[in-house]
Amino acid sequence: MNMRLRSRWWSFGFRSAVMLYFVVLILLPMLGIYTQAFSRGWSFFWTSIIDPLAWQAVLLTLKLAVFATLINVLLGTMIGWVLIRYRFPGRRLLNSLVDLPFALPTAVGGLMILLLLGPGSLVGEAAASIGVEILFHEPAIVLAMMFVTFPFVIRAVQPLLEELDASEEEAAYTLGASKARTFLQVVLPSMLPGIIGGAMLAFSRALAEFGAVVLIAGNIPGRTLVASVYIFGEVESDNPQGAAAVSVLLLTLSLLILWTVNAVTSRRRRL
Amino acid sequence: MRRLWIGLTYAVFGLLIVIPLARIAVGAWAEGWGGLSAAILRPHALHALGMTGLIVLIVTVLNTLFGVMLAIYLARASWLGDRLRRLVNSLVDLPFAVSPVIGGLMIVLLLGPQSVLGAFFGSLGIEIVYALPAMVLATLFITFPLMVREVLPVLQELGTQQEEAASTLGAYSWYTFWQVTWPSIRWGVIYGVVLTVARSMGEFGAVLIVSGNIMNKTQTATTLVYQDVENFNLLAANAVALVLAAVSIALLLLMEWAKTRRGH
Amino acid sequence: MHIEVTGLNKHYGDFHAVRDISFGIAKGRLIGLLGPSGGGKTSILRMLAGLETPSSGEIVFHGRKVVGLPPQERGIGFVFQNYALFKHMTVYDNIAFGLKVMKQSKALIRERVLSLVALTGLAGFEHRYPHQLSGGQRQRVAFARALAPEPQLLLLDEPFAAIDAKIRQELRSWLKETIARLGITSIFVTHDQDEAIEVADEIMIINKGRLEQKGTPWDIYKHPQTPFVASFVGESTIVEQVARLKGFESADARIGTRALIRPEYIEIGKPGEFRLASATEPAVVKQLHFRGSAWMVEAQVGELTLITYRSLEKETLHPGEEVRVLVHRAYLFNEGESWIMENGLKEDPMPVHI
Repeated sequence: MNMRLRSRWWSFGFRSAVMLYFVVLILLPMLGIYTQAFSRGWSFFWTSIIDPLAWQAVLLTLKLAVFATLINVLLGTMIGWVLIRYRFPGRRLLNSLVDLPFALPTAVGGLMILLLLGPGSLVGEAAASIGVEILFHEPAIVLAMMFVTFPFVIRAVQPLLEELDASEEEAAYTLGASKARTFLQVVLPSMLPGIIGGAMLAFSRALAEFGAVVLIAGNIPGRTLVASVYIFGEVESDNPQGAAAVSVLLLTLSLLILWTVNAVTSRRRRL
Repeated sequence: MRRLWIGLTYAVFGLLIVIPLARIAVGAWAEGWGGLSAAILRPHALHALGMTGLIVLIVTVLNTLFGVMLAIYLARASWLGDRLRRLVNSLVDLPFAVSPVIGGLMIVLLLGPQSVLGAFFGSLGIEIVYALPAMVLATLFITFPLMVREVLPVLQELGTQQEEAASTLGAYSWYTFWQVTWPSIRWGVIYGVVLTVARSMGEFGAVLIVSGNIMNKTQTATTLVYQDVENFNLLAANAVALVLAAVSIALLLLMEWAKTRRGH
Repeated sequence: MHIEVTGLNKHYGDFHAVRDISFGIAKGRLIGLLGPSGGGKTSILRMLAGLETPSSGEIVFHGRKVVGLPPQERGIGFVFQNYALFKHMTVYDNIAFGLKVMKQSKALIRERVLSLVALTGLAGFEHRYPHQLSGGQRQRVAFARALAPEPQLLLLDEPFAAIDAKIRQELRSWLKETIARLGITSIFVTHDQDEAIEVADEIMIINKGRLEQKGTPWDIYKHPQTPFVASFVGESTIVEQVARLKGFESADARIGTRALIRPEYIEIGKPGEFRLASATEPAVVKQLHFRGSAWMVEAQVGELTLITYRSLEKETLHPGEEVRVLVHRAYLFNEGESWIMENGLKEDPMPVHI
């Protein structure tokens, strides 16, 4: 009896500690930023948002994140397919390299892109010779976003491809479908949930990316200044409330994406 | 067709990952071993690496403990109630949706010198923002979901039957956890630890905002890389980045090893 | 252990899974909880074990109220449907688990585990892991593990469900014998009537959360108290207009009466095979199915189709053949009541002498 009573106290303590940790660490800051954004009233929030530099930064971020996501959808689908379906030397190595952008610090990622595109590099010279500037311009930002979100689509597509029964494709062949048709009508539809889910995660991560972008973006207001770097600048210039207003905009967008993904994946699981 | 796809895959990996990594290594060696070691052995570089190590240690320990416990509650606890459990479960992912910069901003807003809490702690002589506590808090926030998301699915797949069996055999929760549950979730926890270590080591945006990037005080390895790049000291940046990349790759290899181990 | 359950109820949200169930079980009996899946059998078992808390009701083990006691303190053994073996422990460690919890000495544990290993025929498998065992072996490990701490009550949830049909037979008789030898009060859940009839001393039929009937297998077969029990146990055909059968003309005196007729209530044969020809009626053989030890015959009687068996020893019938059918009795029921009716013509009070 005594033992049970004591264990009840213990478990009560554990529960409270864990819930408190969760509330203080996750919920309070989130609530804090929303209240701070409106702490100086609606009009301040509104002027912070319609500051041309602010909304240009948000729009630029959206545009570039869409580009990066689209490229990742194409590359990710291809790579996911190649790594699951083909057996070739180096496959396992490549498969484990997929996660490297997750494992590497984003600042290191930014440095890598900088070196890839910078003066003296193969890509940088080639682009310069045809008169295209990459580094400190939009393409570099897209590349940085691509780099940090590279694994999402691949990792979302792979399990679906593994699950896909080879007999479904074989059935299509026996019914006379060509390879291309089979891919488009049988394989692609089963990969689609993974592609969409992965793309949404990649998009939301690309919106949020800071470390890799700040090093290679040039950060010219209105032209190469993305939202996260804009927020950083506002904080550095001692305008945290203005930063909070833009943050709220970006954050709400990311939350919507995240919950859509959760809803989609949980519905798929139930089916 | 097959050749083309495989070739393209190699090209993407080469261009995006292998060549840049190689360039970091080459850049760090630009002045040979001497240059590399000099860059790393700069006193403030050592301090920054030590700072990163300390943050990784604290964050990993705390988030492992609380992450595993929260995962257990989300998977098992009846006292939470179904609705609350679903709510908490969806809220756990919040930090994934938050830009690290925004995560840092939150902490500045809540605990910064101008805030009520910050002023309170300041009057007690405790520095939070622009000091270690805020950096730890920011990293805790960013990395919190990793452990929960690794352990929770394992617990759900495991089901409750083995634990119920232990209870009918007379074992209480503590004994049951160590003897029955732990051996099954062990590998999930190891993954979670690896991910948390990698992410907390690499955290940059949030830490940059809350730390103020003060040399020899709050500078971490990643913010040092940033500063070195900004100062056009590419050799030093490459050297520190090489250390970080080496640790990341080691963690990745550890992960791969753990995967093959779990397979057995 | 003597068990007394009164007024047991369990709600899951809006779902009333167990409805006001009461029963008593004498020490040493082997009880089968039989019923369709989702009928609440497993909930009852889990409430006895303390894995679920009843919404209301009382459970008494040997004079001691146990509702509110955790499973650890009830002195029960539980065999799970999928065995729930600890998959990272060997057979030996699985069986020793409960004894280690009780902090028994190593020597004692070893002795007890080895004797259980011998009892369950697992000698030589002590150091295997669950995934290296067959279904039947896993079941026996689960059984040995549950028995190791010497429980007063053994609860088994669908103990044979996950086992191949061939071995199932063997395991059933083994389990029945072993439990009888140990003399431990046991309750098992099953949805398979053959299993319940064969293994249990007493059967409790559970349907939609209600206890329909409790009794020996023979009792339940012979005297079903509800239409559900009658149709669930044994084979049967439901006949809507039973009054059309010869000898049952008076059956629909009460409105809505239907009949349940078991194959063994029916005799089928060529006209010459019957002693009481007046009680039989003409039928046509519709289909014949070979069932290994007998022919299953579908016979068309007027508009009704009856099913019965015919011995292989007798002359073989053919589809389309005209035969005679004698219905010995029928189990009749309507909304509120049920009763058994014998064929009125069988014991003809005034036999006709020619």
